Amino acid sequence: MRRIRDMIRGRAGELLRDGTVNRVLGWTNGEFYYDPNPAIFETEKSLDSLVYNGFSAAMLSKYLIEATKKEGRVLVFLKPCDTYSFNHLLKEHKVNREKTYVIGIGCGGMLDIEKLRTLGAKGIESIDEEGENVVAHTLYGDKTFARRDALLEKCLSCKGKEHKVYDELAVADDLWEWETVNRFTKVGELEGMGPGERFSFWRGELSRCIRCNACRNACPVCSCLKCVFDNPRSGVQAKANADSFEENMFHIIRAFHVAGRCSDCGECSRVCPQNIPLHLLNRKFIKDINAFYGEYQAGAVAEGKSPLTEYATGDVEPSIVYERGGA
Amino acid sequence: MMLKLSKDKIGELFQKIASDRTLYLPVDNNGQVNFGRWTPDAAVRLDQLKTVKSSKDFFFPQTENIVAFKRQGKDISIIEKRDANEPFVVFGVRGCDVRSLDILDRVFLCDPVDSFYKARRENGTIVSFACSEPEENCFCGVFGIDAADPLGDATIRVIGGDLYWDAKTDKGRALEESAGALFTQATALDSDAIKEHDERSREISGRLPLKDLDLDSFEESALLEKFNSPLWKELSQACVGCGTCTYVCPTCQCYDIQDFDTGHGIQRFRCWDSCMYSDFTLMAHGNNRKSQVERFRQRFMHKLIYYPANNDGIFSCVGCGRCVAKCPISMNIAKVIRALGGVSVSV
Amino acid sequence: MPINEEGGAFKPLIVAFCCNWCSYAGADLAGSSRLNYPANIKVIRVPCSCRVNPLFILRAFQRGADGVIMCGCHPGDCHYTSGNYFARRRTALLFSMLDYLGIEKGRTRVEWVSAAEGAKFANTMNQFAETISALGECRRLEDIRCVESEI
Repeated sequence: MRRIRDMIRGRAGELLRDGTVNRVLGWTNGEFYYDPNPAIFETEKSLDSLVYNGFSAAMLSKYLIEATKKEGRVLVFLKPCDTYSFNHLLKEHKVNREKTYVIGIGCGGMLDIEKLRTLGAKGIESIDEEGENVVAHTLYGDKTFARRDALLEKCLSCKGKEHKVYDELAVADDLWEWETVNRFTKVGELEGMGPGERFSFWRGELSRCIRCNACRNACPVCSCLKCVFDNPRSGVQAKANADSFEENMFHIIRAFHVAGRCSDCGECSRVCPQNIPLHLLNRKFIKDINAFYGEYQAGAVAEGKSPLTEYATGDVEPSIVYERGGA
Repeated sequence: MMLKLSKDKIGELFQKIASDRTLYLPVDNNGQVNFGRWTPDAAVRLDQLKTVKSSKDFFFPQTENIVAFKRQGKDISIIEKRDANEPFVVFGVRGCDVRSLDILDRVFLCDPVDSFYKARRENGTIVSFACSEPEENCFCGVFGIDAADPLGDATIRVIGGDLYWDAKTDKGRALEESAGALFTQATALDSDAIKEHDERSREISGRLPLKDLDLDSFEESALLEKFNSPLWKELSQACVGCGTCTYVCPTCQCYDIQDFDTGHGIQRFRCWDSCMYSDFTLMAHGNNRKSQVERFRQRFMHKLIYYPANNDGIFSCVGCGRCVAKCPISMNIAKVIRALGGVSVSV
Repeated sequence: MPINEEGGAFKPLIVAFCCNWCSYAGADLAGSSRLNYPANIKVIRVPCSCRVNPLFILRAFQRGADGVIMCGCHPGDCHYTSGNYFARRRTALLFSMLDYLGIEKGRTRVEWVSAAEGAKFANTMNQFAETISALGECRRLEDIRCVESEI
């Protein structure tokens, strides 16, 4: 991915220089190798700190909602999964396509710093990505890990390397490839449990929620100007896990609000400070939508309607839920 | 006087402590380690350097009921809701979290005293835990905290197969007495091991990447200069406005008071609030910090300028590194100090 | 929360969201035809089944409902042309999600009842009340603060 970084640094410089774009949305380096943060670059010189590595997981498409409100055009780097979110934002007219210039960038799978820590990398000073391995240089010695073991959960079920929308591509043919897993396996497992078991599973997970709202704020399709949870009159506690009901309710409603719009980018789970598998809620909706109303992938195209904004007269009856068998 | 206990007897120590008071310590819940109540089958994780949330919860919980109102006919009765004041122990608190209580004390124990907080402080005994292997995102040393020998009512060190106990206050000594039979006296040989442990820990702290964060320029006289810095815009543009940094922070102390209509009465409770939220300090006329730049700036100005200005120059950050580890987009106080503190960002 | 514990028999609390144009009138017809259905079913009139926000359903459970049923016009007969079609998709997904979270699927139900179907309304409600009685109290989505003894 270092090659891609050099490519996009150069190309961004050219596009800024010739006036095609006025600013660049990318990632800037931080204190460590693993903490680049999204940033807007306005000068060619500032591009020296543009980075793209295995920790550039933060998706950029949502930043375009604000960035395209400004004068001029913005260059944005989108990984394949980010192009789905971008398409969906176009569909909902949240982003003005005319004001964007999309460079689709190749991705060799994003890494999870928490997984590296759990695997035993303590006191990480720097990291080297070497093909199928990740080497962590730590205060307590060097450690090598298989890249696959350190991949973010969302990358394990990668939707593929194809960019759904772009103006130009910056890809490399030597990007690391990995075997993906079926994203619905865990959902199916949960469906196979009894209601009591399922309830305790979710209680165990959701009881860790600290109501930081990171899942909502990082979500590319949670783009309401004012969220229902931020309305003090809505009778919900936006910032307190005041009761187990509030935890359940927030997560059901959050997932429901993005049902049919969620492209399964996995940002919600990635950003959760308590590592709650929120994607399992979204994937349940996706799985049901696929089963009830036909295969649908949000963000595959920028046109058309989403499953919950249309209907068919012959749709399945809601009783399908209890006819489906199981406990 | 330093006491000693074999590490495999630690379960007995927990049992002893928990026999007449509640014991909280780092517990694993599906891979995430947080302070939780000790039970004989709790998955205790003393090997974890940092819990996701801090020990702040036990003194200033995320939500707590204050008062309830109930109406019967034309009468409104006011029912005080206050947790029973019972002694408890928080075990395994790192040096950074111990210091954070000092920072919270200065807010909640000054006039008017917060009686909810005060009761918990009086009932709580803190057993701190010396850090043997600090991590790269730790920077407590910047705030003068000695992670190798933290404060607290009593301090433990785990060295090899032994646990060393060092009571520092009356509360700590009282706890020591109740578990006295389990301990043996530490010998001169042990003192050497402890000395070596502390020195090694300090040596590692001395070469942590964030150890040189420069706070010199953050002083009251620089308030306007920092406030008006053009860098805030740049630093805040990645911020998604969630409350992660605030809620994992051991020193954030803002709260909101809300009423909940239970259908047959009103439950008034307070809950943590975050200056990152759009409805923070919302008033009848609206919100005085309308943009994320202003909200973002508020958080760091408070920690680095406003708080020290009112509290003898003590910063409202303890360098625990939780926000560094948990921010969804990796923006944090270390980056802010680097950018505004006059030292260029190291690559 | 049982609303009536006299005699020891469990009487579940059931919330029925009924569309103004059909099932609410159906309930009226059931009443004027002197058909019996349990008194512990609380009917909430909504302008269209599509008006039922998922939050309404969660709120019912929060405040002690043991079962929630939504009734609307038969597909194709919506007073607003297509409201119930949208409601049909939403409830199918929401009820499936509640089931996924461990709220037994029998506790939620959707029925299409027209203004002329007083007997169907009464039958549906009787059946649903039986199902919920068999399932017992629903505590899983209840808000502890809303339990009367809590204050």
